[in-house]
Amino acid sequence: MSPGTIASSIADGLLIGIVYGIAAMGLSLIWGVMSVINLTHGALISLGMFGVYLLFTTFGLNPYLALIVVAFFGLLLGVLIYLIAIARVIDAPHLSSLLATFSVNMIIIGLGTAIFTTTPRDTGFSLGSVQIGPVTLQGTRLVAMVVTLIVAGALYAFLYRTRTGKYIRAVANNRAAAELMGIPSTAILALSFGIGTMLAAIAGGLISTFFSFTILSGGIYELKSFIIVVLGGLGNPLGALVGGLILGVLEGVLPLTMPNTWVPVIEFLLFVFILLVRPSGLLGGK
Amino acid sequence: MKRIWHGLLVVLLFAGVILAGCGAPPATSPPSAGGTESPQPQTTAPTTAPQQPATATQPPAAAPATEKTVIIGFTASLTGKLNVESTRQTNGLKLWMDQVNKAGGLKLADGTVVRFEAKFYDDESSKDRVQELYTKLVNDDKADFLISPYSSGLADASAVIAEQYERIMITTGAASEGTYQKGYTLVYQTYTPAGRYLTGAVDMLASLDPNAKRIAIVHENDKFSTDVVAALEKYAVAQGFEVVLKEGYDSGTTDFAPIINKIPANVDAIMGGGHFADGQQFSKAIYSKNLPIKFIALLVAPPEPTFAEIGDAAFGIVGPSQWEPLAAFTPDYGPTGAEFIEAYRAAYNEEPSYHAAGGYVAGLILQRAIETAGTLDTQAVKAALDSMDMTTFFGRIKFDTSPESHGLQIGHSMVYIQWQRDASGALTKQVVWPKEGKTADPVYPIR
Amino acid sequence: MKQWLHPGFWITFVIVLALGLAPIVTQNASIREVMFTILLAISMAVSLNIILGYTGYVSFGHVVFFGLGGYLGMYLIDSWKASLPLAVLGGGAIAALLALALGASILRLRGAYFALATIGINEAARTFVANFEPFGGPTGIELHFSVYRDYGGPAQALWIAYYAVVGITLFAIVFSYLIKTSKFGLGLMSIREDEDAAEVMGIVTPRAKTLAFVFSAVLPGMLGVLFFFKNGNVEPGDAFRLHFSIETLVMIMLGGQGTLLGPVLGALGYQRLRGLLLTSDVKIGTLPLKDFQLVISGILLLIIVLFIPAGLVGWLRRRFAPLRRVLA
Repeated sequence: MSPGTIASSIADGLLIGIVYGIAAMGLSLIWGVMSVINLTHGALISLGMFGVYLLFTTFGLNPYLALIVVAFFGLLLGVLIYLIAIARVIDAPHLSSLLATFSVNMIIIGLGTAIFTTTPRDTGFSLGSVQIGPVTLQGTRLVAMVVTLIVAGALYAFLYRTRTGKYIRAVANNRAAAELMGIPSTAILALSFGIGTMLAAIAGGLISTFFSFTILSGGIYELKSFIIVVLGGLGNPLGALVGGLILGVLEGVLPLTMPNTWVPVIEFLLFVFILLVRPSGLLGGK
Repeated sequence: MKRIWHGLLVVLLFAGVILAGCGAPPATSPPSAGGTESPQPQTTAPTTAPQQPATATQPPAAAPATEKTVIIGFTASLTGKLNVESTRQTNGLKLWMDQVNKAGGLKLADGTVVRFEAKFYDDESSKDRVQELYTKLVNDDKADFLISPYSSGLADASAVIAEQYERIMITTGAASEGTYQKGYTLVYQTYTPAGRYLTGAVDMLASLDPNAKRIAIVHENDKFSTDVVAALEKYAVAQGFEVVLKEGYDSGTTDFAPIINKIPANVDAIMGGGHFADGQQFSKAIYSKNLPIKFIALLVAPPEPTFAEIGDAAFGIVGPSQWEPLAAFTPDYGPTGAEFIEAYRAAYNEEPSYHAAGGYVAGLILQRAIETAGTLDTQAVKAALDSMDMTTFFGRIKFDTSPESHGLQIGHSMVYIQWQRDASGALTKQVVWPKEGKTADPVYPIR
Repeated sequence: MKQWLHPGFWITFVIVLALGLAPIVTQNASIREVMFTILLAISMAVSLNIILGYTGYVSFGHVVFFGLGGYLGMYLIDSWKASLPLAVLGGGAIAALLALALGASILRLRGAYFALATIGINEAARTFVANFEPFGGPTGIELHFSVYRDYGGPAQALWIAYYAVVGITLFAIVFSYLIKTSKFGLGLMSIREDEDAAEVMGIVTPRAKTLAFVFSAVLPGMLGVLFFFKNGNVEPGDAFRLHFSIETLVMIMLGGQGTLLGPVLGALGYQRLRGLLLTSDVKIGTLPLKDFQLVISGILLLIIVLFIPAGLVGWLRRRFAPLRRVLA
């Protein structure tokens, strides 16, 4: 195995990992703020993919401009989903919120299949590629990395530098206490769910610039997101980015040492193992 | 007030669900269906009117009506991951049926005119309900003949029912050999079996470049693709090739970079693939990695017209196809390729894929067998199928009749297409193999 | 003994018995196939209810026991020429063993952490079996048609598989009721209400939870063998379908978790509704209703989750006090 191969594998792993990271960030944020495992996550990622695809192929809108539109509608959709489907069961046992999000997932997937069918789509968008020594890097993936870093930075600034962000953290920490302090918790929860959805839609939009997809594709990223949020610490959106990078590098490097089909087995066993020994996640506090 | 409304809503809701639950079972079966189920199904006298289920009293083949409706039963994947291919297959089958009916139906030896009617349900691309639905097709809908669902897995589950109720089933969209090696006697395959999907690509490579000897096999880790590459590897090694890498990937994989990084630099050809989305993505990944590969042959995805959406990455990719519009077979039965394409376009406003052609030909096979037999009797039609050897626009059709693999398709073979550029630089599909059917010379090496 | 006089048990038992006997009395194969699917759903839901409804642990891994049991059973029939009863027992045994091993570890996790872990285990099992050569790897296991000859031909074999499912479902009802009314069941329910308090009261919670997990796993293991025996083949994707686990959760939710009758009605209602939507010819505009079956199921589920979280039986019991003496 040449050093070039290893370098390529690590570079590819990092590039895909950062996208996994942004895909998982929304899931992690929602979990952190309201302890809901959002089973709609995959469907929302798929919607992000279709959003960018349709804007690009029908209106010729540049995918990265389309991403802004998609992010905006993602935010609105998330707030809507929260108010309709989740607000009522936010204090109910876990099963209720799991099934509430799952039923929204069924509705989105059902509509998506009826409208778009399951034919694979491809934006056919390309930015060429860059060659650095033995490593070939795709332009769209490099841009995706930059966008992810900007979004993550903005999220950090929002959570830690604004009043609303502070409210979100307060609600995540102790909702009852936050309400006593006069924080409008329903609005904050709805906003958090909206941001989580927006992150999922952005992730989907970015993925659609370099991978083919169908309405069901989001499900794969949802499963990976579960692993990532556990790696990065449940409820820690920025940890998700690190978790994504770890998973990406694992996926890049592990196949060099074993048959590729064993990689998912390792991933999921690792996931269960971390849950067992460190439920707060590898990078989680406490 | 609010409480009352709330309560009323709840009661209505549950009443709906429970009524649906309790009221349905009797409704789905004809009231007198109890007597019609017996170990010997009445295949000899297909019931024409479900309202008169007293078939037991109807002597076989007696008193020929002047007109008869024959029910063709099948399930289609209207939802779920197989919905595209399955819908095309169903379109093809329905086109055949419409054409036969419009032409006045089939005439049997005793003068009866036969018309066809389709009965089908959604199987949701999942094996869960396939057997339930096929049993319903045979018992409640009185299907006389069965067509398989799309995909080997679903077809396999449905074949058990066909065999159990002694209905002839023509499978289409199902290539795995396993189904025909279980001792069935009434199941007949339209497609070229999985084992021969990529062996032609090996022959093609050998004829293009005697020095290309190193093949990397990368395939989806599912039943169909694994069957294909197992046969491919065996054949390639026997032909003196060296398989330098054999890797599987999980269904639904989108990131192929880890596998591509594993492919040694001096590989001549990549073969394998799986289904649609992964094949498309894999081609894209090979291209964006600038791998200096001379020859790429992938399953399923390349023949699809939308494969060209990936642009430059599609150039040069070879794919086996059960049928291609361009391939010029001279049929001794049924329409020519051009006639089929024109009719399909007119009916569905899209280009037919091989799934559509497969669906059409499954009907054609049945039609020919019934015509030859001159009756609808299962054993007579079976005899006609066993001795069938015809060439349709789809290619040659002939079935294995040995007890070990009865019903396996042995006449038909694959054609290989390659995405090339026409004079204006646009991507077009060309048939490049076998030599006698080709419309253009293969491009080699592609990169 | 007094518990056996409760009408709630008998109502449930008689409903299942009536469903089970319908195809046998009419000797109608298509009713049998419909009932096979329904009874399979009922016994999956009733068994999941032991860990979910009584103990309060949300498991997405119920299908793992179904899949693994089914795989082992098929392996025994195909490679070792084992008889069906032996294979069914084998399937149940391996599922119980797995539940025992898992229970000792992952049942320490609470709430959503447990739910997440079960998703991980399902995916790990699916991807592992796709690599496991004795089970055929990605191609799975196919039974030769001649296997059915030992049971009097395929037609007879399908009936035998059906009788077995009827038996297992009836057993599931009795078993579930036995647990519900026992001291052990009471312990489980106190874990559901407050695990720490239960521990203080002297319940050895790890042992009780593990036992409940094992009890809920045995029947799916046996059902898996029957289902795949009837199908004639098994592949990793069919055996470990996460969606199947979720559907079972939905059924329990519809009927009412923690009740005896609830999972039965929930499974019945869900399966029939789906069957009806799948085979209906109604159209909305130009699009057939079939295309929207997932959407309609989703909306129905959402309404029930939001407004009637106790499910049908739970709601009836709460709203109409006299029914509490009739429904269990």
